[in-house]
Amino acid sequence: MIPELGHFALVLALVLAAVQGSIPFVGALRGDSRWMDVARPAAVGQLGAIALAFAALTHAYVVSDFTLANVVENSHSAKPMLYKVTGVWGNHEGSMLLWVLMLALCGAGVAVFGRNLPATLKARVLSVQAWIALGFLSFSLLTSNPFERVANPPLDGNDLNPLLQDPGLAFHPPLLYLGYVGFSVAFSFAVAALLEGRVDAAWARWVRPWTLAAWCSLTGGIALGSWWAYYELGWGGWWFWDPVENVSFMPWLLGTALLHSAIVVEKRDTLKAWTILLAILTFSLSLMGTFIVRSGLLTSVHAFAVDPERGSYILGLMGIATGGSLALFAWRAPVLKAGGLFAPVSREGGLLLNNLLLATATATVLIGTLYPLFLEALTGGRVSIGPPFYNYTFVPLMLPLVGAMGIGPFLAWKRADLAGVLGRLRMAALLAVVVALATWYLQNGGPVLAVLAMGFAVWLLAATLIEWAERVRLFRIPLADSWRRARGLPRSAYGMSLAHAGLAVCIIGMIGSSAWKEELVEAVQPGDSLQIAGFTLTLQDVETRPGPNYRSTTGVFEVTRDGRTLGMLEPERRYYPVAGRSTTEAAIRTNGLGDLYATINEPPEEGQDWTARIYYEPLVPWIWVGSAMMMFGGILSLADRRLRVGAPRRAARQGAQPPAAAE
Amino acid sequence: MTRKRRRLYIALSGLLCIASAAALILTAFEDNLVFFYSPSDVQAKGLPEGRTARIGGLVQEGSVEHLDGNRVEFVVTDGAHDLSVVYQGALPDLFREGQGVVAEGQAGDNGVFQAREVLARHDENYMPAEVADALKESGEWRPESGEGPREAEGQ
Repeated sequence: MIPELGHFALVLALVLAAVQGSIPFVGALRGDSRWMDVARPAAVGQLGAIALAFAALTHAYVVSDFTLANVVENSHSAKPMLYKVTGVWGNHEGSMLLWVLMLALCGAGVAVFGRNLPATLKARVLSVQAWIALGFLSFSLLTSNPFERVANPPLDGNDLNPLLQDPGLAFHPPLLYLGYVGFSVAFSFAVAALLEGRVDAAWARWVRPWTLAAWCSLTGGIALGSWWAYYELGWGGWWFWDPVENVSFMPWLLGTALLHSAIVVEKRDTLKAWTILLAILTFSLSLMGTFIVRSGLLTSVHAFAVDPERGSYILGLMGIATGGSLALFAWRAPVLKAGGLFAPVSREGGLLLNNLLLATATATVLIGTLYPLFLEALTGGRVSIGPPFYNYTFVPLMLPLVGAMGIGPFLAWKRADLAGVLGRLRMAALLAVVVALATWYLQNGGPVLAVLAMGFAVWLLAATLIEWAERVRLFRIPLADSWRRARGLPRSAYGMSLAHAGLAVCIIGMIGSSAWKEELVEAVQPGDSLQIAGFTLTLQDVETRPGPNYRSTTGVFEVTRDGRTLGMLEPERRYYPVAGRSTTEAAIRTNGLGDLYATINEPPEEGQDWTARIYYEPLVPWIWVGSAMMMFGGILSLADRRLRVGAPRRAARQGAQPPAAAE
Repeated sequence: MTRKRRRLYIALSGLLCIASAAALILTAFEDNLVFFYSPSDVQAKGLPEGRTARIGGLVQEGSVEHLDGNRVEFVVTDGAHDLSVVYQGALPDLFREGQGVVAEGQAGDNGVFQAREVLARHDENYMPAEVADALKESGEWRPESGEGPREAEGQ
């Protein structure tokens, strides 16, 4: 009964989406406010219906209702409760349901918080949002119904893929989806603005918080995915430039560009058509990501739950959304008039450079990701493009960006004094050179690119700190006055500093682990010791331990350094009898500057040696710290009063606004 | 600074970005494209000397042999031809005899492929597209035996 209710709720959501996509839209055309007002209850109702459907599926998983095909295939009664719940989206049908839930959440968010939006704009935004929902709800209902029953229910299920029985599944997909789908709001605003033929500072102020929220989620989602891939052996480490990783990274790159170009629209009323185009492309890339991940079109280490047949439906949706919106853009964009003028060296110029570099970097990732498809279609040859390609293309494009990031926040709007700014950044430049030389010396000339990148990262970190210090006039005025100034700075200023510094920290972590990682693979017996990076690991014992739905073989390593015991590392091999498969669970010990990473494998035959794999990954924790800083920077900025969702009103005055001290 | 001048600057810097990206991509393509070979391709064309390549097919039943020093040797087949592969290190969890596999590495001595990496998958029923194509070409494609990509049942 409950699954049928869920199914019915999903159909109801589809009907509501159809209503929301048509009546307010016609209302906006005819200027009929009663028709436009339908959007709000429809959006809220749609969220309610999808939440009900999602709750129904979750219930089926929690009580292990094996009359549902989806539960049979992906669950087992002995599975721990955490994985029963997270298993809801650990499969194709459930993950699409999560996707539409997130979409409805965004739509209802616009409907509820967008009180100050002009009626026609709001009606149009919600209509476009409903068209997207219509596409994905019909996809879910027609091709991947999660509520399908089985004729002869088995006694127990097939269990969830053991590799997915991991806490990473609880947070990574929802955050990632929220990020992907969050960009749909920027997309809807862009399409609505094109329909209205009007983009102004107020429009940018409405779009920015949504973009920022989506960006924060995507940052968190990617970072968690990266962390998961890092501790799961065989997934290529924290970043493998795998197609599935790339497709989540491209919307992030373009979303970052959008975030910055929206500032220019808001403050200077220019770059409007470009910002609209970015909003369209960012969401299109999100759709492409969904399509590639769902269809298994590209060979990936993260391919699971793929289905080429159903992929073509998403490809169709993507074609309609992208093609339609770009055609609309081509038709309507000339209507948008450009605003304020600016010199090449100015805040606008800096943000434009950021946009150009990010867009170019996105293009290189896109080409690297899709090239194998083109080549196969054209010549039949099969290639794969791995990390070296991106090291030669993406990294050289990012270095100037990181360099410019240090300078950008110092530049004034309209026209800036570059020489003066560089003069104020003398100390940062000096520090960057010193650290780069020190790195070069310590690592015996280490990889040149790593040394160079280290210098750039330190430059960014130092420049960001100096920018903050200058704002509060640290050490120029009494500390108490600085403190007062620091408290008076807008939260968005702190958000920017934190996010920029976070990127610097992140880069340092990435360099450390790619350039100076140490690896050791040894055959071991209990009692053997291994040496790596100054640590000694002694295998004390190998124990067999029971788990809720698996058996674990645990290697117990004692970690010592200079004779002092630091702790234990207990890597496991888990055997899941239901799925008939084993997983490797790495043990990781961090001291903030680096991770010790250990795995153990069974002997090929009884009585032979165990295989231990030990890595020392320098600076890896900095990647997670840096990502968290970026995410919290975004959240902090989101908490700024000026950016609060729905708070701003459309300014009566047109044209340039006085540039604010901060952003 | 007129509007026209500004547009010119933007267009020029845009072109500069695109040109440098194109140059970077083309040079990177020169050395970093990794081509995929099925055992039949290896037989017919041979592997390029000193270049990284990917090979793939099914792991032949009963061919996995553990050598000393943590090395593993196995035979990858597409039904028509076989190729021996040596790999040092722990095999991924989803490595099985009779299952699809993709290995990245270089041609070694006497026709044995030296794998640097054996790629693991998230899903045991997932067949890398290259392997599926290679099997189709050699006529060894048997979707009904469960070694093909999953049919519409979904996972």
